[in-house]
Amino acid sequence: MSPRDLAVHDLTMKEAARAASGARVDLLLIADMVQPGSRVLDIGSGDGELLELLATTRGCDARGIELSREGVNAGVARGLPIIQGDADVDLADYPDNAFDYVILSQTIQATRRPKWVLEQMLRVGSHAIISFPNFGFWRMRLDLLINGRMPSTENLPYSWHDTPNIHFCTIRDFVDLVQEVGARIDRATALNASGHPVRFNLPWAVWNLLGEQAVFLLSRKG
Amino acid sequence: MTASTSDSTANGDVRSFEPARGEADHPHSALARFGADKPLRLDSGAVLSPFQIGYQTYGTLNAARTNAILICHALSGDQHAANVHPVTGKPGWWETLIGPGKPVDTDRFFVISSNVIGGCLGSTGPSSTNPATGQPYGLDFPVLTIGDMVRAQAMLVDHLGIEKLLAVVGGSMGGMQVLQWAVSYPERVFAAMPIATAARHSAQNIAFHEVGRQAIMADPDWHGGRYLSENTSPRRGLAVARMAAHITYMSDSSLHRKFGRRLQDREGRTFSFDADFQVESYLRHQGEAFVDRFDANSYLYVTRAMDYFDLAADYDGVLANAFKGSKTRFCLVSFTSDWLFTTADSRAVVHALNAAGASVSFAEIESDKGHDAFLLDEPEFFAITRGFIDAAARTVGVN
Repeated sequence: MSPRDLAVHDLTMKEAARAASGARVDLLLIADMVQPGSRVLDIGSGDGELLELLATTRGCDARGIELSREGVNAGVARGLPIIQGDADVDLADYPDNAFDYVILSQTIQATRRPKWVLEQMLRVGSHAIISFPNFGFWRMRLDLLINGRMPSTENLPYSWHDTPNIHFCTIRDFVDLVQEVGARIDRATALNASGHPVRFNLPWAVWNLLGEQAVFLLSRKG
Repeated sequence: MTASTSDSTANGDVRSFEPARGEADHPHSALARFGADKPLRLDSGAVLSPFQIGYQTYGTLNAARTNAILICHALSGDQHAANVHPVTGKPGWWETLIGPGKPVDTDRFFVISSNVIGGCLGSTGPSSTNPATGQPYGLDFPVLTIGDMVRAQAMLVDHLGIEKLLAVVGGSMGGMQVLQWAVSYPERVFAAMPIATAARHSAQNIAFHEVGRQAIMADPDWHGGRYLSENTSPRRGLAVARMAAHITYMSDSSLHRKFGRRLQDREGRTFSFDADFQVESYLRHQGEAFVDRFDANSYLYVTRAMDYFDLAADYDGVLANAFKGSKTRFCLVSFTSDWLFTTADSRAVVHALNAAGASVSFAEIESDKGHDAFLLDEPEFFAITRGFIDAAARTVGVN
C-alpha cells in the first residue's frame, strides 16, 4: 500500500468514526460558538454538514460557499443554500454586516490570500470563526526534525507538490495575523490529536505544541 | 386537430398553417378569460383587453392553497409541459421534471403551466382574433415584455384563487420570467428557480434573434405580418429562424457527438445542395417540425420580449437593488456547455442576490448538451430541483 492509499484508508476510518459520533468534533465546537437563530455564512461548506448542523440544532439562517462542484451539488440537493464560489474572490460581493458569523473551517490554509480573506470575513460578518490545522503541532515538528521531509498526517495526507494547502501556519502565526488585521479574540480552543479540546488554559506556546487544530472566534474591534 | 390532417408534402412549401391555427383562439387547454373589467396594462403603455390565457394544471391544490408551483416556458415552449401535446402528439416538454414522483411531484404539488401572452397556443397573441376587426391581430398586436407576460400570469394566479406560490420554476426565457416574478411580486414567491437564464439578454443573443426575425420577414409569404388573412404562412422563413436558433441550443461537442461529419442515407457526397450531412437533415427536420406548431408572428413578438429584458434597467443599472429586501429563496442552475445563457450569466445574478442579502443556491451542472440540457435527462439537475423544492415545501409545511 502506498502512503497515499494509507491516507485514504485513514480518512475512511475517520469518516466512519464521524458517522458514529454524528458530527466532527471541530464542527460541534464551531456550532457551539454560534448564537442560536443567527445569520451564518460558511465558507468552504463542503457538502453542507456544518450548515445542516447549524440549521437543525441552532435554528440558524446558514448559507454556504463551496469551491467544488460535487460539494455544492450534493448540498443543494439536500435543500441547503450553497453557491459555487471561491472565497478568494467572491467574498467581495457581500455587503458589510450581512452575517452575524462568517465561518472558515479547515480552509484558510488553502486560500491564496489568507489576510484578505480574514479581513473580508470581519467586514461581511460581525464575528469570524476560523478553524485550521496547526503546523506547530509537536508531531509535525518531530516529523520534519527526524525525517527531514514535509510532514504528512492523517488530516493532511497530501504531498508538498500536490496539495490544496498552500498557506500553512502555526497557532502563533495565526495570532499574529489576527493582531495585524486588528481583530479581537473572543474565544480560542486547541484540539489535540484525538480531536478533543486541550483542556487547560495554557500559554500560546504550549497550545502551539499540543494542538493539532485550533478554533478561533474573532470579532471586529470597536 | 393533429399534424396528420395537414396537407403534408415532401418539399414542405404548400402545407397550410392549419395544425396549430385552431389553438390560438380555442385551445385544447383550460382557458382563463379576462374581460373589459380586467385589462392587461403593458409596459409599452398599450392596454390589451379583452384577453385570455391558455393553461394546464397538474395535481391538486391543497385546502390551505400553499402547494402551487408555477412553471414558465421558454421561447418555443407552451403550456403543455407535462401532457401529450395537442398538435404534435409528443410528450410534454418537461415531462422529465414534472409528474407523479418526479422532482416537481404532481402527487404533492399543484402545478400551473400557462402559455405566455403573445404565444400561439391559447393565450392572446398576434395570431388571435382581434375583436375590433374580426381578423387576426398580426402586427397590430402590441409589442410585449417579459414583465407583461408575468403580469398576465399573476392575473391567472389570482383567477385560480392563489395568493402565494410555493415556487416559480423555468428555464431560458422561462428563467427570465422567474426572475421577473421575484422582482415584481416578491411577497408572492416563496422559492424561485431560474435555470439556464440571465438577468438581461446579451448583445449576442439579440443578434441571433434578429437573424431569426429577418428570416421570417424576408419570406414573401409573411405578407408584412398579414399572412393569416392571406391564407398563407411564412413556413420557410420560420423554419430558417428555428434552424439558426437550434444551433445555439446545442454545443459544438454535442453536435459533433450526435452527427460528426456523417452523411445522411448516402454513400458519398452528391455534389449538390441536398442535405448530404446528417446535421443538415436534422436541422431541416427541426425547422419543419417547428412550423407545424408555432406561429411566425408569435416568434417575432416573443423574441422581442426577450431582447427587451434587462432586469436592472429599472434599478439604475444595479441588479442587486432589484432584489433588495427579498425574502424569496433562490436556486440558480447553469450548464457547463451552455453558451447561450452561460454560467457567467447565472453567476452575475448570484452576485447580485448575495449583495442584496438574499438566500441563494447556485449549482453548475456538467453537461455537453448545451443550452438544451435543461430539457434533457440530467440526473444531477433533477436531484438539485428535488432537493430545493422539497426543502421549500418542508419550510412552508406542505406534505
